[in-house]
Amino acid sequence: MKLDAKIPDYPIQDIWDKHKFELKLVNPANKRKYNIIVVGTGLAGASAAASLAELGYNIKNFCIQDSPRRAHSIAAQGGINAAKNYPNDGDSIWRLFYDTVKGGDYRSREANVYRLAQVSNNIIDQCVAQGVPFAREYGGLLANRSFGGAQVSRTFYARGQTGQQLLLGAYSSLMRQVKLGKVKIFARREMLELVLVDGKARGIVVRNLVDGKIERYEADAVVLATGGYGNVYYLSTNAKNSNVTASWRCHKKGAAFANPCFTQIHPTCIPVSGDYQSKLTLMSESLRNDGRVWVPKKKGDTRRPSEIPEDERDYYLERKYPSFGNLVPRDVASRNAKYVCDEGRGVGETGLAVYLDFADAIKRLGRKAIEDKYGNLFEMYERITGDNPYETPMRIYPAVHYTMGGLWVDYNLMSTIPGLFVLGEANFSDHGANRLGASALMQGLADGYFIIPYTIGNYLTSEELPKIDTDHAAFSQAETEVDERVKKLLSIDGKKTVTEIHRELGKIMWDYVGMSRTKEGLEKALEEIPKLREEFWQNVKIPADANNLNKNLEFAGRVADFLELAELMARDALNREESCGGHFREEHQTEEGEAKRNDKEFSYVAAWEYTGDGKTPKLHKEPLEFKYVKLTQRSYK
Amino acid sequence: MDRISLTLKVWRQKGPSEPGRLVSYELKDISTHMSFLEMLDVLNEQLIHKGEEPVEFDNDCREGICGMCSLVINGLPHGPQKSTATCQLHMRKFRDGETITIEPFRAKGFPIIKDLVVDRSAFDRIIQAGGYVSMNAGGAPDANNIPIAKEIADEAMDAAACIGCGACVAACPNASASLFTAAKISQLALLPQGHPERKRRARAMVAQMDAEGFGDCSNHAECEAVCPKNISILHIARMKREYLRTIFTA
Ligand SMILES: Cc1cc2nc3c(=O)[nH]c(=O)nc-3n(C[C@H](O)[C@H](O)[C@H](O)COP(=O)(O)OP(=O)(O)OC[C@H]3O[C@@H](n4cnc5c(N)ncnc54)[C@H](O)[C@@H]3O)c2cc1C
Ligand code: SF4
Ligand code: FES
Repeated sequence: MKLDAKIPDYPIQDIWDKHKFELKLVNPANKRKYNIIVVGTGLAGASAAASLAELGYNIKNFCIQDSPRRAHSIAAQGGINAAKNYPNDGDSIWRLFYDTVKGGDYRSREANVYRLAQVSNNIIDQCVAQGVPFAREYGGLLANRSFGGAQVSRTFYARGQTGQQLLLGAYSSLMRQVKLGKVKIFARREMLELVLVDGKARGIVVRNLVDGKIERYEADAVVLATGGYGNVYYLSTNAKNSNVTASWRCHKKGAAFANPCFTQIHPTCIPVSGDYQSKLTLMSESLRNDGRVWVPKKKGDTRRPSEIPEDERDYYLERKYPSFGNLVPRDVASRNAKYVCDEGRGVGETGLAVYLDFADAIKRLGRKAIEDKYGNLFEMYERITGDNPYETPMRIYPAVHYTMGGLWVDYNLMSTIPGLFVLGEANFSDHGANRLGASALMQGLADGYFIIPYTIGNYLTSEELPKIDTDHAAFSQAETEVDERVKKLLSIDGKKTVTEIHRELGKIMWDYVGMSRTKEGLEKALEEIPKLREEFWQNVKIPADANNLNKNLEFAGRVADFLELAELMARDALNREESCGGHFREEHQTEEGEAKRNDKEFSYVAAWEYTGDGKTPKLHKEPLEFKYVKLTQRSYK
Repeated sequence: MDRISLTLKVWRQKGPSEPGRLVSYELKDISTHMSFLEMLDVLNEQLIHKGEEPVEFDNDCREGICGMCSLVINGLPHGPQKSTATCQLHMRKFRDGETITIEPFRAKGFPIIKDLVVDRSAFDRIIQAGGYVSMNAGGAPDANNIPIAKEIADEAMDAAACIGCGACVAACPNASASLFTAAKISQLALLPQGHPERKRRARAMVAQMDAEGFGDCSNHAECEAVCPKNISILHIARMKREYLRTIFTA
């Protein structure tokens, strides 16, 4: 396997324009001769499928949910970044580029990030033209707000439902193409295998989730936009159906997996309330603008918060980080919450929570002002916990939120398998070791609306792609693999449910491959995960059969893949002997307890090649060069 | 922490053309902090351990935004709490010893697939009929070239908040999809981007709604009462005006 990022050698401002000019075009009349499979209907998948169809390609678009509109992207709350500089506060493409590279703790490619910043403005134009109702000022122009990691206001938003509105915009363009006959939607389908012919991605095998039938689909290229793998931790803010299966099956067919250990843990989520917990809910980060984070000074203090006097409280973020206080970046806030809970100072029934207290803000600004700002968030909190945050402090705890790692792609978004393109959260490309708020929506839509429509054409015209049909032996083989796997899962008939095993996996990952990692912990994880995987294959119990809607069977397949991915994550984390962004190795910290990068040895993308079941995967390094952004150590003191 | 016991009566149906029936299950020791769907997860884990088939129900985000969850709880789509989707409902809204009946959304336009899972693809087809602005990627003017009064943008957002769950249909005595359809027509009728196609859109979407077998709106307003996103029936009034416009100004 050879990693070639294929970044043209021009000054950074010119790379994308020159590259677009150099890419070969497909003649308009020829486009309708090409079939493209797009897996996923989130922001990345829906925007790609619609835009490619608009160009004239024939698209088959797949998703797990009953409708493309329900992809996990729908749940994004906060907003989407763009370098419009409408507020006149000093933003520019250059600044967005700079902030994103720095925010990613210098583990992303400069050229990719620069392109992302360049097309960010087109995204906002596109969405407004579709009828996305972004927030506006009284004068009728678009409103912006600020978000973590930036000193300018560049975030566009639609109440607390930005992901929903952007996705419904992309979905509407997609539905238009369905009507025009250019896109065919295959909902309630799960991709279970990639089909390679002559080493190129030429199709997929899916399970029809309604009747259990295995189906084959061919194409000239396959675009994967299947989202992130945060659910490897069992509990995360991801939707229940989010999974790694599509990416993982492609990995096992030859696609390198890059930086799998880079995960983002969000500091302000509603804590776990019991062992029945099925997912975690994010509370917008904006709450940290007015809420003060604290825990009791004393260990095991079970008094109610109102009974704990001021001088027995530890406002630990304000104490440790006087200049940023409660507004330190996500990873710093998350890690410190873990530390105080590990010390036994956590609050609530489980002891795994810290207070986010609005009493001072309410005193200072009045209840009305707080209600105007956060009313809907307070309501949501009360609906879930039964507590009223106007009267008693919120309890919050960090939760897994986003995965920066993913399938390795070159500048054209093509993986190490020719003809397999990867977009959105499923690829590794733009966020380095840490993603800034409001940048995932931007990246998903950049990939789908403005990058893949250019780069895929070049592939299609440059390659020999003889006509094939789904009777080809490669399809039969892939189908047999899928079939056998399903049969094997159903034949185990053990004692533990899929959920029970998934929870155990989640606990291993959270404890050893979570917010704070050590060599010993990771080595322990590398012992525990294979044991659990073995137990899964001997002792899982899946009810009912395969010829029917069977959610447990679906989940079993996904957990089986998570059990393999988990090991790669631990391995990658163990290999990366440095702390950067979301990856914190306790052995590598500054005297002040901050993440300490090792640029000399680890300024590279770790791309892992699958070498066979039970074999150690092979590490390939793509060196990262920083010609435009100066590397610095972060400090928030 | 409070714990309660419940009797569940759950609609079980093996497939689209199989007969279905309510089956009773006893559940003990349910924490009131659980969400309604977590309570069903607990039931399913118990069923699996007993070697029985778990109850199938749709869900994904579990935070009230994807529109995938869809139960009729004690006769009410999305259950007893106002402005709350099933997945956001918590067990503290129920009493110890209570019997809870759980059924699928029922409507001609939403055929049952299995147990509590229904097929809502008709909604996609209603959007396909015209729920969009016909524009291609790449051709948009600068976003601030289209100023929109804040009040109008806010009202469009109120309509756009629809999550496409279908509770409005399940609650309507006529199984009408008017609230869902109106929310989209209204959003695009309010915004200047939607104006060039407004006539064609209203005509096509209403026609598709009829073709899918959804009934007419006769102003019962049950839809608004169960809508988890508080979509107002005023949008139906706007849809009717938009529709009339297609007839009288053709
Ligand atoms: C609670 C929350 C809030 C967030 N808020 C923000 C925010 O404010 N701003 C921001 O920028 N980012 C935010 N993010 C991150 C952002 O929402 C996601 O990173 C982004 O939406 C991912 O989009 P995607 O298109 O890559 O994938 P997804 O939206 O996850 O879509 C994946 C698609 O792939 C399909 N799929 C998956 N596997 C298969 C398979 N095997 N076969 C067939 N189909 C499959 C699914 O059905 C789905 O259609 C948030 C994330 C969360 C969890
Ligand atoms: S109008 Fe309300 S009830 Fe109907 S689909 Fe939309 S959100 Fe659901
Ligand atoms: S599961 Fe998404 S709205 Fe209920």
